[in-house]
Amino acid sequence: MEALAHITSLSEAIRETVRDGDTVALEGFTHLIPFAAGHEIIRQGKRDLTVIRMTPDLIYDQLIGAGCVKKIIFSWGGNPGVGSLHRLRDAVENGWPQPIEIEEHAHAGMAAAYSAGASNLPFGMLRGYVGTDLVKYNQRIKFIDCPFTGAKLAAIPAHRPDVTIIHAQKADRKGNVLMWGVVGVQKEAVLAAQRAIVTVEEIVDDLHAPPNSVVLPSWVLSAVCEVKGGAFPSYAQGYYQRDNAFYKAWDVIARDRATFQTWIDRHVLGTKDFAEYKRSLEGATSHA
Amino acid sequence: MPDAAYTSDEMMTIQAARMIRNGVTLFVGIGLPSAAANLARLTHAPDTVLIYESGTIGAKPTVLPLSIGDGELSETADAVVSIPEIFSYWLQGGRIGLGFLGAAQIDKYANINSTVIGDYNKPKVRLPGSGGAQEIAGFCGEVLITLRQNNRAFVKKLDFLTSGGYFEGGDSRQKLGLPGKGPTNVITDLGILTPDPETKELTLTSLHPGVTVEQVVAATGWPLKVASNLETTAAPNAAELRVLRDLNERTARAHAGQA
Repeated sequence: MEALAHITSLSEAIRETVRDGDTVALEGFTHLIPFAAGHEIIRQGKRDLTVIRMTPDLIYDQLIGAGCVKKIIFSWGGNPGVGSLHRLRDAVENGWPQPIEIEEHAHAGMAAAYSAGASNLPFGMLRGYVGTDLVKYNQRIKFIDCPFTGAKLAAIPAHRPDVTIIHAQKADRKGNVLMWGVVGVQKEAVLAAQRAIVTVEEIVDDLHAPPNSVVLPSWVLSAVCEVKGGAFPSYAQGYYQRDNAFYKAWDVIARDRATFQTWIDRHVLGTKDFAEYKRSLEGATSHA
Repeated sequence: MPDAAYTSDEMMTIQAARMIRNGVTLFVGIGLPSAAANLARLTHAPDTVLIYESGTIGAKPTVLPLSIGDGELSETADAVVSIPEIFSYWLQGGRIGLGFLGAAQIDKYANINSTVIGDYNKPKVRLPGSGGAQEIAGFCGEVLITLRQNNRAFVKKLDFLTSGGYFEGGDSRQKLGLPGKGPTNVITDLGILTPDPETKELTLTSLHPGVTVEQVVAATGWPLKVASNLETTAAPNAAELRVLRDLNERTARAHAGQA
């Protein structure tokens, strides 16, 4: 019998679950991005992390700028609809605040690698990548011949994070988790990992989950933490919308090292948790 | 409204929208492709099935999404599936008729770069990368590409080949075993380019109103082939412009409204 997930505070969950040097996946495809957990990693000063995410988004821009990351594994590194992730670019182009190693894939390759991890297979397999330059620069994309048809297929090593962290809508008091909407690759990322943390909008008596819902049972999770609004500025369907204006404001905040540093010092390092961070942002005359 | 009262970007988006047949299943990239796809859905192609890589199938947004996974998409979709499912069963599975991509650079065989300007290991400009672009380019039945035409974008040699068009031209795409037909039209702010049936080299086949061949040639980084039966694109009509501008205004209001 596996242990049930421990319902706990986010700071305790990060302290007990994430170690310096770990490979960590904070997933959530535009929707349900676990920003509160990312901030707690920054507050606790975790270092030398290898971070995996299909779309690094602002959450990894913040982790990279804060100096937590030594390597990033990703497939689309932009600020959606806005432009560049300036902290990611500064690390790649200028090695600030420290040099960063990149391992780059395409989305289907990342999805296959997570699925393989969840399935306890050594690699994920897909058509594609043929003729593209990505295979020249990423030695972890290889080609194999199908033993039945001879077709040339791409193979990507399985993602096996030490820790996967996601955000979801609800958990019950035993720590079973329910999520809906754009569910991305979170189920695969959780099942591929050694340990998993889920932050949720609310903990309820009964999930009332319809059959075939995306439910992650308590016994595959290490910790469940209630963090209301914990996906802001991304969104939680049924709770709040994506704050597109914040995504646009981030372009200005992150473009410059000093502006970024002031922002992260004041709003993340200078606050004790996500609720205080939200109040800190609301108290500022602008997001900066 | 006089016919000439439109911008070259509006011409590009409207022409791109016109090339979407009603009822097609369409895998949409964000940005220019998304604007054109939604314009098509709001005008001549109401039954177009819009599919975004966030797993939203049959999305019917009333404003343009800023990201490919905005709530607007999942709330209006016929179905929302996981990321492994959208890429494996739907895209790789061969269910999608048309893919629609933007790019930072394109070459004469319609290969595109959305990864890096300069050297990969010492980039001048680091761009977002493939995302789902290389799969969309590989697996959709056919592909439309839209981008603004100038010397920096239309290059002799890509800094990085992110997504394959016709690779080295001729039958090189087929030899690589990619199932989709490849790019069938490139719609720019100056005209339309289509691949030669044999060599697959992009050829200027239509000029937008008021644009000269010399202008397009000067905006292209390789000696551009021009079709002998060069056509002129129809100017945007009042209805197309009205729907596009309404969509853009609704979108701007919606994205500014949240802070």
